[in-house]
Amino acid sequence: MALDTPVRQDPGLASSDPKASDAAPARIALVGNPNSGKTALFNALTGSRQKVANYAGVTVERKEGVLTTPAGRQMRVLDLPGTYSLRARSPDEVVTRDAVLGRLAGEAAPEALICVADATNLRLVLRLVLELKRVGRPFVLALNMYDIAQRQGLRIDLERLSREIGAPIVTTVATRKRGLSELLEQVERLVVPRGDAVDSVWREPSAAEIRAAHAEAQRIFKACVKPPERPDTMTGKVDGVLLHPVAGLAILLTLLFVMFQAVFTWAKIPADAMDHLFGAFGAWTAAHLPPGLLASFVSDGLIAGVGSVLVFLPQILILFFFILMLEDSGYMARAAFLMDKIMGGAGLHGRAFIPLLSSFACAIPGIMSTRVIDNRHDRLTTILVAPLMTCSARIPVYGLIISAFIPPRTVYGVLSLQGLVMFGLYAAGIVSALLVSFVIRRVFWRGAVEPFMMELPTYRWPEPRNLLMNLWTRARIFLERAGRIILPLMVLVWVLSTFPYPPPGATGPAIDYSIAGRIGHLVEPLMRPIGFNWQMTVALVPGFAAREVAVATLGTVYAVGGDADSHAALSTLLQHQWSLATALSFLAWYVFAPQCAATLGVVKRETNGWLWPSVMFAYMLTLAYIASFVTYHVAVALGAG
Amino acid sequence: MSEAFALSPDFNSAESRAEVPRSLGLARRGDRGVIVKVTGVSGAAEAIDAQELERRLLEMGFVEGARIEVLHEGLFGRDPIAVRVDDTRVALRRREAGAVAVKFDGR
Ligand SMILES: Nc1nc2c(ncn2[C@@H]2O[C@H](COP(=O)(O)OP(=O)(O)O)[C@@H](O)[C@H]2O)c(=O)[nH]1
Repeated sequence: MALDTPVRQDPGLASSDPKASDAAPARIALVGNPNSGKTALFNALTGSRQKVANYAGVTVERKEGVLTTPAGRQMRVLDLPGTYSLRARSPDEVVTRDAVLGRLAGEAAPEALICVADATNLRLVLRLVLELKRVGRPFVLALNMYDIAQRQGLRIDLERLSREIGAPIVTTVATRKRGLSELLEQVERLVVPRGDAVDSVWREPSAAEIRAAHAEAQRIFKACVKPPERPDTMTGKVDGVLLHPVAGLAILLTLLFVMFQAVFTWAKIPADAMDHLFGAFGAWTAAHLPPGLLASFVSDGLIAGVGSVLVFLPQILILFFFILMLEDSGYMARAAFLMDKIMGGAGLHGRAFIPLLSSFACAIPGIMSTRVIDNRHDRLTTILVAPLMTCSARIPVYGLIISAFIPPRTVYGVLSLQGLVMFGLYAAGIVSALLVSFVIRRVFWRGAVEPFMMELPTYRWPEPRNLLMNLWTRARIFLERAGRIILPLMVLVWVLSTFPYPPPGATGPAIDYSIAGRIGHLVEPLMRPIGFNWQMTVALVPGFAAREVAVATLGTVYAVGGDADSHAALSTLLQHQWSLATALSFLAWYVFAPQCAATLGVVKRETNGWLWPSVMFAYMLTLAYIASFVTYHVAVALGAG
Repeated sequence: MSEAFALSPDFNSAESRAEVPRSLGLARRGDRGVIVKVTGVSGAAEAIDAQELERRLLEMGFVEGARIEVLHEGLFGRDPIAVRVDDTRVALRRREAGAVAVKFDGR
């Protein structure tokens, strides 16, 4: 799947010659309020012919698809982020505005717009429509959710409305693909060749102008829309429970718990299966290729690398399944409402809690889901603290050290000491994430507090087909983006831990002679103050590929082998080799250290540059060192050295 | 919906007195009224630019004359609040709601 944007033709050329228009399809864009069914309409129009990339230079997602009109003409459709106004407040909205106005660098202006409106919720969108009308680009109004409007007995005077807004209107039901051909007919009529280039005139409206536009929208609304005979009462009733200060929060926490469990337990089966499959496949290739560099590269580098990308997929799919369900049903806005105060205390936005929760499974989907946060500083803060949440890859490391060093005692009669330590490590992650974000927002990005203001949409049953399609889009984004960065990193780590070869007759483990081993030996003096020995520092280097790899590497370095059977052996060995202080210091290190190249890679992708991954790396490394130093010395002082 | 805009429901109208407008930021669950002024000046610390806030509120439907009802309050400090503005449901923090003055129905 190519992500590169194809060469653009001058739209003026394309539309003036019908032959040329075959070569360079007309471009249309979808605009509309959030929750109007824009994504559903985009899916219905383009099917699977979608491409997701980033706009040049910004982190906003660019979704484009291709559709074929009933007349057989191909058009390119751009799905713009939802907005209430062309006045941009977030990077997403800047993109919407600039795309509509044809100001986006590297993007030709769309020849026509489809403004998507929720027919049952026209009041706010009419102002956006008036704003679009003033821009002067031809548009058609798609009155979506028309099935719901009809069910409610809402009567809309379409003819009059069309006259008032000066644009054609088509009623649609995106989830049932109703009204699409009529919509496309109108679009075709709008993109007829016109010699004159459409000039976009727009400037930021003042408060007075917004008031005037609102009054005008209100007048049109009253003239054209008769109130529904059977208005929706379900949403109000459901909200009575789901937004109840106590019950609502309890339900949310239960839901999150279920989600968390599902990600952990359901994903484990396919993930383990995949792990085994890739392990077996790697072993098989290693056995069937002539032993040597190629076999090692294919089995340890390539296959292990692809495997390490794919094992994330089940977790990501399950997590995004839940997130999409919550979003499509309209619950996500409620969850943000309920969590806003708690998150706000740490300087985070209410919407940050889903990304942070996701990060308990893995920081990668967590960071990917920060897209729900509009404000740039809020989003970056969330991205920066997400890896502090205890991800599942830390569990093998914690498990090994805890089982080796923490006696399986019960304290206070019921609590297992090992469990308490595990809990403490999770708590340390959460508390430090909240503290770090607090510091970021209070010290570095003081500035104004971004308002939390959000429409609470009507509840709706998620449409399975639409949901699956959005899930598929997410999965593809992960495979394309994360895969592109994770895979090369895995190969790099393989190179580092393979070359150069040990000299003939060498007795130590091979990794000891490699670049990784040398780096480990080189930085060992730096790590001595925090109680690390050279075996540990050597294990940290391949541990950058993924945290759990450190366990296997420790096995290799101590020459007991890294697979499950040797865990017990490794555990016993460590008991003799490490002091308790060293073990605790290692645990503290793993709470904070940026021991995951994949996360850094995804941060690079999401923030479009190496600045933020570098910041993340530096601050986490610093915290890790300080935490380990303090832990080690306190433990030694208490006699655990 | 549009009727609600024009007529205020006779919510304890017998006792209604000429209320002075109060800040939406101080409203309690169940309070209803009509927006009389949107200023953008919320009085909260570290607020965004008043003009910007005013425009954002207007864009979300907080305009003079709109009917408003407080539907829900959060658990901690009764913040944020969920309100119905005409027939749109909107969630916002009290700090920003402070920029909206409402003439509440008498009670
Ligand atoms: N009944 C009905 N539901 C729809 C229609 N269009 C979209 N939806 C649902 O409305 C919800 C929000 O749609 P979505 O496309 O995510 O909205 P967006 O925020 O504008 O992209 C989803 O649950 C859709 O399945 C429609 O025409 N009729």
